[in-house]
Amino acid sequence: MALALMDFDKFHREESGRILSTLIRLLGDFDLAEETLQEAYAVALQKWPMEGTPANPRSWLISTARHKAIDRLRREQRFERKAEQLAKTSEATVQPESEIEEDMVGDDRLRLIFTCCHPSLPLEARVALTLRTVCGITTEEISRAFLTPLATMAQRLVRAKGKIREAGIPYRVPSQEELRDRLDGVLLVVYLIFNEGYLASSGDALVRQELCAEAIRLGRVLCALMPAQAEARALLGLMLLHDSRRDARVSAEGELVLLEEQDRSLWHAEQIREGTEIVESALRNGAAGIYALQASIAALHANAKTAAETDWAQIAALYDVLLRTHASPVIEVNRAVAVAMARSVEEGLGLLDEIEKREELEEFHLLPAAQADLLRRLGRNEEAAEAYRRALSLATNDIERRFLRRRLGEIEKL
Amino acid sequence: MQYLLLIYRSEAEMAKIPPADLNAMYAEYGKFTQEITDSGNYVGGNPLKPTATATTVRVRDGKRVVTDGPFAETKEQLGGYYLIEANDLDQAISIAARIPGARAGSIEVRPIMSRTQAVQA
Repeated sequence: MALALMDFDKFHREESGRILSTLIRLLGDFDLAEETLQEAYAVALQKWPMEGTPANPRSWLISTARHKAIDRLRREQRFERKAEQLAKTSEATVQPESEIEEDMVGDDRLRLIFTCCHPSLPLEARVALTLRTVCGITTEEISRAFLTPLATMAQRLVRAKGKIREAGIPYRVPSQEELRDRLDGVLLVVYLIFNEGYLASSGDALVRQELCAEAIRLGRVLCALMPAQAEARALLGLMLLHDSRRDARVSAEGELVLLEEQDRSLWHAEQIREGTEIVESALRNGAAGIYALQASIAALHANAKTAAETDWAQIAALYDVLLRTHASPVIEVNRAVAVAMARSVEEGLGLLDEIEKREELEEFHLLPAAQADLLRRLGRNEEAAEAYRRALSLATNDIERRFLRRRLGEIEKL
Repeated sequence: MQYLLLIYRSEAEMAKIPPADLNAMYAEYGKFTQEITDSGNYVGGNPLKPTATATTVRVRDGKRVVTDGPFAETKEQLGGYYLIEANDLDQAISIAARIPGARAGSIEVRPIMSRTQAVQA
């Protein structure tokens, strides 16, 4: 039975990352693997509609690409020895048309993730390389998602692959003693991909949604391949919970809708249930890091039937822990807001004023925005308007600016 | 693969170390060198005299220009190196992390370009 063209695209999307990771292991070369896989796809597009789809398309592609690689290496004389070696070793590893062990493919993916997220690569290159090779997203799509010129993004990928080859970055899951640090690095890349899709305001909305979906998919792969890693599960839960609100966060007019004002019937209940379960299981297994704490907060929000029923006392307590372990200006501001909601608006405002007095956050629009919101709740409208204006002068994100301008307009009418 | 591990430390800070601690540090270096020799990773290595002893040479338009001091003023200075044989970057990094100087200074890990690579380039 032939795959229809639509199915072929879907197959390409879902499988290319897995096939590529196995090929990279077999060939030991990113570029060679990528190029020969493209050639194998071209052959498949010609052959499959005529001769029918092979019983195991994945191993057919791997085997075809491998032969292409051997041919190519043989043509380039100076790699003669490598080609012979490859012909010998990979013949034993891949039998054409045979079923490749699922866990072997899984291990290949995990190795590839760790290679792409190696700390000796620049962070932005780790993100791009993971999307390109593990997720199979095209360079063009990545450049669109990150609002980076195509040539720059392509160059970034070429440099990263060059460094992997030249510096001898291994294609391997780190040893037990390194695993913890290295896994943190992988989780950071996954979270950055998610946030790029979730937080950024401009660019192609579809591509952004795709980034969130890819990050969640990566999170699932990590959890499936390393079930003992509770922090990975906490991150997956966090992403699922945030993403469950995707349809309520932005109005039909493209306006940002605050959590408090979101139509909770638009939240994806099944995803909240799954996310909450995953977070709970991560906590039971000892997750207590930054993702676990944020996920716990997200779970409290997601499971509140109405904004008024939110368990702000517990959220404030979780922010206390976050502030102790992972102090940052954003966390400090969020904690003050939680205190305002849990105890009293005045107390929260007092905390924000103290942050302001330290003058460390002068460029940070979230501080005046939070002050403005609390002042508005207290009916101190003139001060609130002043704070909104301050926030507006600092905010750069279009959706946020529109939101602040709307709020300022509302206040000025009172 | 071979890697050069370049050990950078602040000479100003080094100068403040009491003699007893300095001796302990040398002993630690001796032990580390022995360990990576036994494991077959050691190819070579030496400490360097301070940058005050350095000379920089340039040839411009056939004319030799000799100046005192290191090439660039930096917070940390190159104080020594190891040349090691390692399977890959991860092994090189874990060996670099065991160099006593890594705790106060920094180690730059540089892959050595093989002669055939140099010809191709």
